[in-house]
Amino acid sequence: MHEKEKAVKPADSTLSRILKYSGVRLVSLAITVVIGLYLTILIANMGGYVDQIRKAGIELDASTRVASDPTMRNLSAAVKKQRINAIIVLEEHYYGLDQPFLVRSFTYLSDAITLNLGRALQMTSNSGSTQVRLILLERLPPTLLLFATADLILFFLALFAALALSRQYGSFIDKALIGLTPLSSAPGWFYGIFLILIFASIFKLLPFGGMTDSPPPAGRFLFILSLLKHLALPVLAITLSSIFLDIFTWRTFFLIYSSEDYVDMAKAKGLPANEIESRYILRPTLPTIITSFALLVIGVWTGAPILETIFNWPGLGRVLYQAVSEFDTPVIIGSTVIFSYLLAVTVFLLDFFYALVDPRVKIGGEKNT
Amino acid sequence: MRSTLKNLDELLHYPSAVIGLVVVLLLVAVSIYTVIAIPYQTAINLWRGGEETWYRNPKNAAPAWTNFFRTKKLPVTLDFNTATQPGLKTVKPSTLGESFSINIPFDFNYDAFPNELTVFFTSQYASKLPFVALAWKTPDGRTIRLQNFSITNSQNYRITQDAALQVRLNGVPVTQGLFAVPGSNPPQVLKGRYVLQILGVTFDKGDNIDAEFVSYGDLYGLAGTDYLRRDLMVALLWGTPVALAFGLLAAVGTTFTQMFIAAVSTWFGGIVDTLIQRITEVNLVLPFLPILIMIGTFYSRSIWVILTSVIVLSIFGAGIKTFRAVFMQTKEAPYIEAARAYGAGNMRVIVRYLIPRIIPLLIPQFVVLIPSFVFLEASLAVLGLGDPTLPTWGKIIDDAYTNGALFQGWYYWVLEPSALLMITGLAFSMLGFAFDRIFNPRLRGQ
Repeated sequence: MHEKEKAVKPADSTLSRILKYSGVRLVSLAITVVIGLYLTILIANMGGYVDQIRKAGIELDASTRVASDPTMRNLSAAVKKQRINAIIVLEEHYYGLDQPFLVRSFTYLSDAITLNLGRALQMTSNSGSTQVRLILLERLPPTLLLFATADLILFFLALFAALALSRQYGSFIDKALIGLTPLSSAPGWFYGIFLILIFASIFKLLPFGGMTDSPPPAGRFLFILSLLKHLALPVLAITLSSIFLDIFTWRTFFLIYSSEDYVDMAKAKGLPANEIESRYILRPTLPTIITSFALLVIGVWTGAPILETIFNWPGLGRVLYQAVSEFDTPVIIGSTVIFSYLLAVTVFLLDFFYALVDPRVKIGGEKNT
Repeated sequence: MRSTLKNLDELLHYPSAVIGLVVVLLLVAVSIYTVIAIPYQTAINLWRGGEETWYRNPKNAAPAWTNFFRTKKLPVTLDFNTATQPGLKTVKPSTLGESFSINIPFDFNYDAFPNELTVFFTSQYASKLPFVALAWKTPDGRTIRLQNFSITNSQNYRITQDAALQVRLNGVPVTQGLFAVPGSNPPQVLKGRYVLQILGVTFDKGDNIDAEFVSYGDLYGLAGTDYLRRDLMVALLWGTPVALAFGLLAAVGTTFTQMFIAAVSTWFGGIVDTLIQRITEVNLVLPFLPILIMIGTFYSRSIWVILTSVIVLSIFGAGIKTFRAVFMQTKEAPYIEAARAYGAGNMRVIVRYLIPRIIPLLIPQFVVLIPSFVFLEASLAVLGLGDPTLPTWGKIIDDAYTNGALFQGWYYWVLEPSALLMITGLAFSMLGFAFDRIFNPRLRGQ
């Protein structure tokens, strides 16, 4: 496909190439997500839980319809019950619940894709709705805020630290930081516990958890200040758990690329050090770094339920934890679906940045994957 | 074989690797000791046992050795039982039955009052309930009458919850009334030798009375106790084999399947390769932990089910890409061509020539993976999805967290399992990184 591109449109603009690359990636990711969602549904419905959600929804609908219908108000309870049952049978047929699972599974798939996630058993959104979609979407912004902040800090901190260390290769600070790499074997929540113990429990400097003070402070400035105070520990926990391995890996990439011949050539030409660094070392390393960062971000996402639980952060992960403890099956399945989407969006965004920095995509050279 | 020995020899040149190795060996030794000393069923019975198993222990007690660092010494738990410790009880025949005199002397030289004082009576009698009278003698010679009552076959007397006694002690809490220097304010502990005196009479020959006196302190044993009075040592010890087994099995399962799939993918190339690559991408957007949570909630929390799910979900994990990159290079090597020339089949080339080539890459990756699975097991336990029967490190953290250990200042409860997790994690990854440098000399020094 790429060869055809090269042959037919050699004079494509950079922008259109990036868009085309991203478009292809988007389509392939969309297919990937659909397959991923389908697998999720298969796993969830091995115990018949998705069926249960649908049936519960239909029963609720049927009984509210009969109860609110003025023409049925004067009927006896037994007749009403009969009507309800008749509606349930009809609806179950309409929604295909009497069909074999293979057929049903595709109905569920399209529901999951359109985020038609059913109603929660017990949990409600802040506005009082039992719609799983509303419950989850309400929790999305806090989660995005927390993880986007942490990921950005992680990326730039690790990038500059790795670059600085590759410059001072073999120095004491280099060896010391590399010695800390094994610390990355512990996940974020683990450091979270220690940070809470030190900063909240012993020194009482920062809050134990939550997103803002309760009640939230009135002024905008105070609100942001309180938010930052609550954000500090979880972000620090995520950073601590990944940064050392990141610095180690990226530093190795930089070292590999800085021993290339063209870097020596540039040095021989007498180019200034920072120009060599940004043009000849950072530039070619970036695609590799972004690929490695993508895996890292996915790993950080995976830790969300537990990190948010430890820090009482009102995000998606905590909803999942609450749903587990209340055994609210629709919310559990819904959260899994949303996390699937989040991972796909993450992969797509990083792919897009990859396209921005990878010269092979820009100039349209052949790709080996 | 010789090269393995050489590698081991080389390993000893890295101090971090030596430390890692020693710690790993220690953990293995602890696991073996635990499995032999506290068999599986005993451990589960102990951990799930309620008050009757653990009634002798104080609640939420820190480890006893913490007194070493304290200026204000906290009381430890004292336990005296007339049934097992001879010399505390003397029996004399009386007109009808027997007359018992139980004297329990003990030294109390701590700076804080005990938490609770309880006497557990057991008795065997023929017709009438035995009768006991309890008195308390302080180091300064005062005698305080506690209570008189009849006892059944098994009866507890919680001294510290005796409201009538508290009234007689002028309304101060019972522990203060019994242990404080008279008139001291704030109340101070009177140090010295106390005696609990129990006089008992029975009304038939051959009747028996036994008493167990427990003074619950703030400290207990090597590891302390939790909110159910359980000795944390049981769970800390049993957590070791569970963590090691889970980490090891999951790491073996995932690395070997990934390696095999990567080998097949590279060797056959074409449509097989494309398909496997696409499946890997699907696997990447599958939310790993939520799916595990789903499996844990809907089906089973058994550690074996979770282990199997972890391996199945990781078969097409990111490791395939790393292995694939190496296989791609190896595939073109002349010795592979030679193997093809003598007529080696696909499977033979994969198993005999491709896979051995990747072992140097595999071993470090495998060792580094172990802690991530150890922590995964703990993560699931903290989410409340740990194995329902097994005591593990993660479950201690979960218990501590849900019972507010960090708010209440019971730090030992969180720190002990965390320290063990951290030590295990660090040991394996230090070893793994050293292996990486030895087996992949190209990266050495970088």
